[in-house]
Amino acid sequence: MKKKFSALLYLGIFYLTSCISQENPPEIKTPDQSNYSTETIVDGIDVPWGMDFISENELLVTEKKGILYRVLNGKKTEVLGLPEIYKRGQGGLLDVALHPDFKNNTVIYFTASAQLEGDTGGNTALYCAKLNDNQLSEVKLLYKGTPNTKKGQHWGSRIVFDYQGHLFFGIGDRGNRDVNPQDLERDGGKIYRLNLDGSIPEDNPFTNKEGAKQAVYSYGHRNPQGMTVHPKTGEIWENEHGPKGGDEINIILKGKNFGWPVITYGVNYSGTSITDKRAMPGMEQPFYYWVPSIAPSGMAFSSSGVYRKWKGDLFVGSLKFKYLERLVIKREKIVKREKILNDIGRVRNVKEGPDGYLYLGVEGKGILKVVYK
Amino acid sequence: MKVLLGLMGLFILFEGTWLFQNKPLEQSIADGEEIYQDFCLQCHLDTGKGVSGVSPPLVESDYLMNNIDLSIRGVKYGLSGPIVVNGEEYDGVMQNQGLDNEEIADVMNYILNSWGNKSTDMITEERVANITE
Repeated sequence: MKKKFSALLYLGIFYLTSCISQENPPEIKTPDQSNYSTETIVDGIDVPWGMDFISENELLVTEKKGILYRVLNGKKTEVLGLPEIYKRGQGGLLDVALHPDFKNNTVIYFTASAQLEGDTGGNTALYCAKLNDNQLSEVKLLYKGTPNTKKGQHWGSRIVFDYQGHLFFGIGDRGNRDVNPQDLERDGGKIYRLNLDGSIPEDNPFTNKEGAKQAVYSYGHRNPQGMTVHPKTGEIWENEHGPKGGDEINIILKGKNFGWPVITYGVNYSGTSITDKRAMPGMEQPFYYWVPSIAPSGMAFSSSGVYRKWKGDLFVGSLKFKYLERLVIKREKIVKREKILNDIGRVRNVKEGPDGYLYLGVEGKGILKVVYK
Repeated sequence: MKVLLGLMGLFILFEGTWLFQNKPLEQSIADGEEIYQDFCLQCHLDTGKGVSGVSPPLVESDYLMNNIDLSIRGVKYGLSGPIVVNGEEYDGVMQNQGLDNEEIADVMNYILNSWGNKSTDMITEERVANITE
């Protein structure tokens, strides 16, 4: 009898607590912050949206309002020759990435919000160009989302390369959540896969589907803001902003539907419900979701071992709570979350540099290197 | 001569209203709400309360109510560096959102007349146009 009673009591407490706290575990911990600090690599950048490394002491950094910097030993010089950028809301000059064979061909890729001549509104575009010293040339538009809209939100984008000669990038739902993410004939709410010359790979998942955008690799996304390649498996890992609650980490799979807005762990900003559905057949579950939202941005695995205890862990910036999040993964689950560099500022981007250190793009500051004492 | 001057005056007046066709306040507030939902709500929240220490409040905000032109300038050209709102210091970055003058007037009218905020001043497109960096 006593056993039964205490079992019931535990069950009751379990239900009660699960109703009260809707936070998704594991709970975030704040370890001793004196173990690490930062070194400023370059300062004076309002929104350092994207970065990529040319060498250990040279990198490219985008400033969202439309400036591309080449930074050598901490000194930044503006790169000239960018196309016109449509500055609207969350749009601007977004990510930048060096071609995998940059050393020989000096090609770079970048994403930006674009309004082509004669258009109203805009959408996300992917460009490539040659970079010589501080000058771009042969700027080529490789992809541009359609249709245009004057909405200011959800442009994506992040650029990464797999090991098979493909480029991946994302476009957010462009503020039209009920139409774009689930419609393969429209851009927005998608992850795209292209060949390095901008052509569409023959084995893309929707090349045989009439009317579908052939560059689409996966769909049902809200607003991808972080993307990286898993150093061991080669999988494309992505994070995206949910509405209120429901920010996600996804492992991108060919042809799959990630569910937005049919399924989500989030609610409207006003607190009203979007859907009560968290899962549906034919739709992928996130690898992890954040409730409450942290507004994740940027994403990198620490693969180098320069930080003794962090090898293999995933790092994500938090715009909302102004810290770097460390996520420890065991047996394909997030088992631990930690605030690193609490209150550092709005962390827009996270990358592992060629020297194995983590580099952050922090708003109002610039690029910071994470140093473990 | 007087007639000519009068005509010129009329023309300037007419041109002014033609350049800046002001809509009724109710319409401006309604249009401004849509702009607010798209461009402002992520940081300042649907309550206008913002996030303490991160994004300043717009509701009962002394900074806003005492510096309307400065606030318009912030929306138009962006705002960064330390400001004090209701006794709390904020040191963030608000980017220029790429809104046109009419959209800025609309969103300001929405903000100045929501969540208990009240303003007798209607913000016009012309007033926004006259604010320089």
